[in-house]
Amino acid sequence: MSALRLAVADGLVISWRNLKRVPRIPELAIFAILQSIMFVLLFAFVFGGAIPIPGGGSYREFLMPGIFVQTLAFASITTAIAVADDMTKGLIDRFRSLPMARSAVLSGRTFADILYNTGILIVLMLTGLVVGWRVNSGVADFLAAVALLLFFTYAMAWIGVFLGLVVPTVEVAQQLGFLIIFPITFVSNAFVPTETLPSWLQPFAEWNPVSALTGATRELFGNPNPFASDSWPGEHAVLLSLIWTVVLLAVFMPLAISKYRAIDR
Amino acid sequence: MAVIEAEGLVKVFRTRGGEVRALDGVDLEVREGTVLGLLGPNGAGKTTTVRILATLLRADAGRATIAGLDVARDAQAVRRLIGLSGQYAAVDENLTGRENLWMFGRLYQLGSAEAKQRAGELLERFDLEDAADRVAKTYSGGMRRRLDLAAALIGRPRLLFLDEPTTGLDPRSRLGMWDVIRGQVREGTTLLLTTQYLEEADELADEIAVVDHGRIIARGTADELKSQVGGERIEVVVHDRALLAHAAELLAPDGSASIDDHTRRLTIAAGGGARQLVDVVRRLGDENIAVDDVGLRRPTLDDVFLALTGHAAEVVATEDNQPRATKGKAR
Repeated sequence: MSALRLAVADGLVISWRNLKRVPRIPELAIFAILQSIMFVLLFAFVFGGAIPIPGGGSYREFLMPGIFVQTLAFASITTAIAVADDMTKGLIDRFRSLPMARSAVLSGRTFADILYNTGILIVLMLTGLVVGWRVNSGVADFLAAVALLLFFTYAMAWIGVFLGLVVPTVEVAQQLGFLIIFPITFVSNAFVPTETLPSWLQPFAEWNPVSALTGATRELFGNPNPFASDSWPGEHAVLLSLIWTVVLLAVFMPLAISKYRAIDR
Repeated sequence: MAVIEAEGLVKVFRTRGGEVRALDGVDLEVREGTVLGLLGPNGAGKTTTVRILATLLRADAGRATIAGLDVARDAQAVRRLIGLSGQYAAVDENLTGRENLWMFGRLYQLGSAEAKQRAGELLERFDLEDAADRVAKTYSGGMRRRLDLAAALIGRPRLLFLDEPTTGLDPRSRLGMWDVIRGQVREGTTLLLTTQYLEEADELADEIAVVDHGRIIARGTADELKSQVGGERIEVVVHDRALLAHAAELLAPDGSASIDDHTRRLTIAAGGGARQLVDVVRRLGDENIAVDDVGLRRPTLDDVFLALTGHAAEVVATEDNQPRATKGKAR
């Protein structure tokens, strides 16, 4: 069998195994979705009224792309926990003792993450439609937004894999994940217009990958997108988001792979 | 022909506390179709040895081959020949027993149908048929170990590594596990077994290598090792500690008795076997020395270990036995 066919076949077996977790522990997906719905409800009904959108527009339409990005960013913590769990339980050792493609454990994992998060994203979009989110653009723009979201998911999965490989225990994976992902998602335009932030925080919030992607998808979905119109990140949200995702992948994919290869040291 | 050949294996782990020399020059040779038991306490280097031979860990020095293939350079070819089960290898607890075996069979590069068929065979053989379609999370410790062993055998490996296959099992599961392992050996599989149970090595291994502080300090058959510590002995536990010295003087006037004051136990060499034991009991009775226990003792591998290392093969919990710690060391 050619090396590529071996890599694909073994990667798919690993993806199958990772996706089997979803029906076996349905609580994982259910709570991930409930957590996002809780954020939707909290922001839509509790904080939303106090957050005016510069330039006008519906807060709920403004909110939903932020929720999508936040949920997908948090998914990397789930990945980190699962990888750390496989490490501690010795499953990774078992895989490494088998004559399988070395790339399969990580490629299968990240591919499964894309499929899983596509499912989560669909449920969230339906939830959004219920609370008043609408897509005010064409099919092409909508698909471009979804593609951007999934590309970002892929990068986040690799960040999760890397975290899972470097932490000593599952608990640390969880804590470290929150420590990194929380500030990035909250110091952004995901829930509030960046204008409302203190001026020293604004540059961070504007250039942050979460803001870039949220801005890009708001633009593509035709939702209110109150970037300060003269800022570069605001003008080029789609491009900046693409650059960010490519950079994150370019950094964390090799890091995760070399960490995985160095397990035998 | 030697299936495993290792020469001068050295492994040093760098931890926060400094360097730990886990292996300090291990040489091994295991012939086709035989069972070698690596015996030693936790932290002795047994698992590190297995991990190097099973291509999971790279040695800092020395070389090892499996069926002539270098474990570092030809790792992928080596993996086609081996099966690994034990403390480190594991099963996916969210998959059923059958799904686990199918998955490992596929990753061993069996076709899907063949993997399915092989899974069915192994489930039947290891008495897991009833539980085959339950998730492994619900399995008992003994069932999990059997599934783990089945996973190691899915590709019909020529060489099987079992790392402490019965640690943590209850006595009944342990006996069951021994039967399964013996059956596998009868079919001609070469086996490298690590254990901290002297009884287990005695029971399963053709040859035993005693490991301590990263070195092999003795090797031979169980009988050869036992003969190193001499013949039978008689042990007496005296009821009244004050009479211990008196009893020792009585039974071994030449002062050759060894006395353990704490346990009130004295041990003498017993060249005369059971006849001498009867004599000892009679003489203690004549002197009205009450005893709590008296018996003829054949040397066990525990005695071997004590004689070789100067310390008992006590079970000490160390980092070496936690998979995660190994990962930490890998940094």
